[in-house]
Amino acid sequence: MHPITDPNRLKEIARQVRLDIVEMLYRAGSGHVGGSLSATDVLVSLFFGHMHLDPGNACYPDRDFFVLSKGHAAPLLYAILARLGYFPQEELGTLRQFGSNLQGHPDSKCTPGVEVPTGSLGQGLSVANGLALAMKLNRSSQRVYALLGDGEIQEGQIWEAAMTASHYNLDNLTAILDRNRLQIDGRTQEVMSVEPLAAKWQAFGWHTVEVDGHSIPDILDALKACRSVPGVPSMIIAHTTKGKGVSIFEDQVKFHGVTPTTEEYQQAMQELQST
Amino acid sequence: MGALPETVQFPAKETTRVEYGKILAQLGEEHPEIVVLDADLSGSTHTARFAKIFQDRFFNVGISEQDMMGTAAGLALGGKIPFASTFAIFAAGRAWEQIRQTIAYGNLNVKIVASHGGVTVGEDGGSHQAIEDLALMRILPNMAVLAPADGPETRAMVRWAVAYQGPVYIRTSRIPFPVIHDENHTFTLGQSRILREGDEVTLAGLGLMVHHCLAAADLLAKQGVGARVLNMSSLKPLDWELVVDSARRTGCVVTAEEHLATGGLGSAVSEVLAEFCPTPIKRVGIRDTFGLSGKPDELLKHFGLTPEDITNAALKVMARKLRP
Repeated sequence: MHPITDPNRLKEIARQVRLDIVEMLYRAGSGHVGGSLSATDVLVSLFFGHMHLDPGNACYPDRDFFVLSKGHAAPLLYAILARLGYFPQEELGTLRQFGSNLQGHPDSKCTPGVEVPTGSLGQGLSVANGLALAMKLNRSSQRVYALLGDGEIQEGQIWEAAMTASHYNLDNLTAILDRNRLQIDGRTQEVMSVEPLAAKWQAFGWHTVEVDGHSIPDILDALKACRSVPGVPSMIIAHTTKGKGVSIFEDQVKFHGVTPTTEEYQQAMQELQST
Repeated sequence: MGALPETVQFPAKETTRVEYGKILAQLGEEHPEIVVLDADLSGSTHTARFAKIFQDRFFNVGISEQDMMGTAAGLALGGKIPFASTFAIFAAGRAWEQIRQTIAYGNLNVKIVASHGGVTVGEDGGSHQAIEDLALMRILPNMAVLAPADGPETRAMVRWAVAYQGPVYIRTSRIPFPVIHDENHTFTLGQSRILREGDEVTLAGLGLMVHHCLAAADLLAKQGVGARVLNMSSLKPLDWELVVDSARRTGCVVTAEEHLATGGLGSAVSEVLAEFCPTPIKRVGIRDTFGLSGKPDELLKHFGLTPEDITNAALKVMARKLRP
């Protein structure tokens, strides 16, 4: 049944998804492991425990929408979409290959369940706003969700979109910020400070909450609470660890866009299988 | 249908951006799924007319063109037919990557109608004169790139765009143009019209320059030269069959556009001719420089975009014709 309310079952799905991610990226030889693993608990909670979806039917007309604004977490999204039955699980092994439906960054033309093409950072929140406006015009109860990166919000367009969402009272929109504190060139505080995060979103008129981005019950509670905040969009700042779930990847700048060696891969799979 | 016979005189003038605003308000009545976005220029782009009637279907995003394009993309994904308008320089220039990454790459049903194309923007100067927008849009896969030559064509084009599934860029202008099409004019993607027949040179124009090509044809006629005049309002896809046919028939071609001579119509026609029918060509356009403040007529003269400039280009290119 969907959604799944038992946190332990969601935790197990998250573990499976992490295994899929490491496997996919090891086979692909390139891609973004750190930012996929950091947001795994958040997106598993969202897709399996919260969103209104019809597993097996990506085109279900009454579905909630999801925009992966941090498009480089594509492996995470693909692992989830495959597990929702939108395409065969075996396709995960084709990630980034010529002719694959699973492009390096999300391409809505290729992959069932990918709503919006993303990859160039800072653009997804605007698209989520547009979807939320369309749902409002339709007087539909469908909601829109977006996942942003904490480095991504250095893009100016994010703040244009932040203004638009609150100006148009998009209370059918929940954005989640994957606060893993790392970006390609280093720690966000060293590359370009983004704090004070909650105060920024609040100042832009958003209902803002902070959660432990690896606590599935906390994430579910936040998602549920944000649904009933009237008149304003919601932002969930999810405090996460980049590379979460594999000790050698955790909080390592290197594993933003570098895939594991054979030994690292074996160690990662062993760790994830024994948890 | 089609162009009027040249004997019919229309003193009337219409402004393409104004006609866009009018037809959009009319189409809003017929199509409840049309929504309109603007970035604080609704008075100039004339989307204000729609906004006044359909308040809940108009979204001013403020001065944020990048956000506007993304929001339009989301509305399209939500089943709406969004029209997003601002000045051409901000639509094609500032928001180019948003258009590229989401709208064109996603092949989304967004209609970008950008006003103030070219140097006839006038006094605002080079910062506000889009002379590269057609090039920027033309290189995008999936994007249709259009520029109407008068009011009836604007109305036909916007009506067509509502029915068409996919991204469209339409360039409108600040200043009025003479009306050359009748009220029942229709628009077909990828199809250009022959406005005047002639055997000695082809004058292929876009937007305002269609009118300057017609005026140039008059000047050439006085010298006994017959010019075929084409309205290349569908810049992409280009009516390459008509281009090749015209080149074969007249043996030489002049293109004219209120745009850089590179990247726009001159380049598009050159590409087709180089590949399919090598023919002497001269491109009337702005030569690797930016716009200036001034009155539209002063600027057109300064940048070599007058009927006389087209006439001179025609005489020069005719002298280069390949003799059998």
